[in-house]
Amino acid sequence: MKLRDTISVALTALARNKMRSLLTTLGVVIGVAAVIMMQALGMGATDRVTGEIAGMGSNMLIVTPGGAHRQPFGGSLLSAPLFEERDLVAIKDECAAVRYAAATNTRSVNAVYGEKSRSTSLFGVTPEWFEIREWGAAKGRILDEEDEQQAGKRCVIGESVRRDLFGDQDPIGADLRVHDLSCEVIGVLSEKGTSTFGSDQDDLVILPYSTFSRRIAGSDAIGIMQISARSEDRIDEAKEQIEALLRQRRHVLAGEDDDFSVRDMRELQKVMGTVTGVLTTLLASVAAISLLVGGIGIMNIMLVSVTERTREIGIRMAVGARSGDILQQFLIEAITLAASGGVIGILLGLAGAAGLAQAFDLPLRVPLAGTGVAFAFAVAVGVVFGVFPARKAAHLRPIDALRFE
Amino acid sequence: MAEAAAPLLELRAVTKVYGAGEAAVHALRGIDLKIERGEFVAILGTSGCGKSTAMNILGALDVPTSGHFYIEGVAVEALHADVLAALRNRRIGFIFQGFNLLRRTSALDNVELPLIYAGVPRRERRRRALEAIAAVGLGGREGARPSQLSGGQQQRVAVARALVTRPEVILADEPTGNLDSRTSREIMDLLAELHRAGQTIVMVTHDHDIAAYAPRHVTFRDGQVIADGPRPAPPAEAPAGAPPQEAHA
Ligand SMILES: Nc1ncnc2c1ncn2[C@@H]1O[C@H](COP(=O)(O)OP(=O)(O)OP(=O)(O)O)[C@@H](O)[C@H]1O
Ligand SMILES: [Mg+2]
Repeated sequence: MKLRDTISVALTALARNKMRSLLTTLGVVIGVAAVIMMQALGMGATDRVTGEIAGMGSNMLIVTPGGAHRQPFGGSLLSAPLFEERDLVAIKDECAAVRYAAATNTRSVNAVYGEKSRSTSLFGVTPEWFEIREWGAAKGRILDEEDEQQAGKRCVIGESVRRDLFGDQDPIGADLRVHDLSCEVIGVLSEKGTSTFGSDQDDLVILPYSTFSRRIAGSDAIGIMQISARSEDRIDEAKEQIEALLRQRRHVLAGEDDDFSVRDMRELQKVMGTVTGVLTTLLASVAAISLLVGGIGIMNIMLVSVTERTREIGIRMAVGARSGDILQQFLIEAITLAASGGVIGILLGLAGAAGLAQAFDLPLRVPLAGTGVAFAFAVAVGVVFGVFPARKAAHLRPIDALRFE
Repeated sequence: MAEAAAPLLELRAVTKVYGAGEAAVHALRGIDLKIERGEFVAILGTSGCGKSTAMNILGALDVPTSGHFYIEGVAVEALHADVLAALRNRRIGFIFQGFNLLRRTSALDNVELPLIYAGVPRRERRRRALEAIAAVGLGGREGARPSQLSGGQQQRVAVARALVTRPEVILADEPTGNLDSRTSREIMDLLAELHRAGQTIVMVTHDHDIAAYAPRHVTFRDGQVIADGPRPAPPAEAPAGAPPQEAHA
């Protein structure tokens, strides 16, 4: 029997049972589509999160009191001494790989303008903070060295605060009350939008660090320093220089653990990458289960039809089909079904992934490996569940296949 | 190889046991049977006496428990499964009691089926299948599926499928078992005509009117041959379509 004839026999057999073929494929279609969509979703989320962290300034380092063995970006700030302004100056002066260094402090407050008020985050930052965050004013100006020197009662506000408190009014020059301090609005920051974590990045009011220390915190100790390296490939160098300097300034003895920690964004990216990676795996596993269920669907339909197919095999063998002919036919049938289900599933999955990316405002990522694995798995499932019963039948005596029930 | 005198088909001391132990059914208990070329043999016997079992062995669809089955002197049990498939494909045409047509498949495609496995090119396949369908008087119905055909028409399709490879022998297991007497006669006229053209035919039936078409009668009882010879003289009220008498070769 010629291969061309076997193919046409297989395709004819599929066309003859359109409904069954369709149902058999459906499980594979849904399974493959689900795997691709979930993976694309997870990868898009990962991309967006890491992209956002990079957007916070990819050269950025964060220096906090307390050892590195404490929780990342938290831990107790109380157990280790805070930094002083001289530390900041020293870092700027002595660490060659450091470009900018800023002190920051924060507190949540009520911001009041006229009748309106809004709870928001109040930041105190030294001017270089704006360079580190690469954040400028959409209107008016940002805080400068003079504001810092004078501990001026001036502030810059985020877009959300402006919208809420000022509406159509021009905020520049207006007096905003924060925490019993009245300060003049000198600028509005450009809009950054919502972060993946769901926080509104434009919900803030920024004072000069000196003003914040004196009027709000009541101390000019520095809790957090944000630093940017001269370039991305000098981050490690900057880190080492800062560590060496601070150990010396804070009298950390050789062999003792640091009582501060210097972290860069790559670490945060790594942590977030792990989190979203787990998320992706989780989503993909759920989808893989649906692919497995799809496979079981194929098996179910094959089992239901196996009596009929076994009689068909018996008839074919009675008129001269060799078991090789039968196997070839069923193999082609199974591969055709599973592969076309896989292809349709991939197309649907990609369309669905594009839809999800749009809906969740994520970058569209195509999970190449995942697509390949899902497709291969689908074909394997089809072949195993489709050919296994056929293999059994093809090795029966024709009379037993004809009598099968 | 076999000497020229070897019969076309031969069963020698064939037994067949279904199952084992206490539940074992001895369907055949030592059958000896020779079928020569050009013969038309009817196998008779009551229900359950082993007729179908013997036919399935003759058709290379089943194997004996013991004893031998020879085709032109060649022992079939020694043959590879693929050779058996070729045997079923080219040398034997089997007509089943239950038709055994592929469902949801046109009459034409059903008849073409053996030719596909014989590797006949598409064009010639079609031509020969149409020819066979015309030969069984189904011209014009080749596009119909089994479910759209009457029992008699389905059996004609089955006959056409058995004929289409021009096999050396046609094995028919109760070809008229499911048909009314008129349709039965039409099918039997068809087989009788084939036989006149030289076709070897072995047919199972338990109906003596049907058996009367065949010159040689073999009678089974309890898995054994109890009679083998020319058909008995017809009774006075012989069926209208019965063929003229001829001596058994
Ligand atoms: N697959 C099987 N398994 C077990 N026993 C079987 C099987 N096939 C047939 N038999 C038994 O073997 C015996 C012979 O069966 P067979 O089908 O050859 O009878 P038959 O002469 O063709 O009868 P009928 O005229 O009713 O078709 C019967 O007793 C039957 O029950
Ligand atoms: Mg029978």
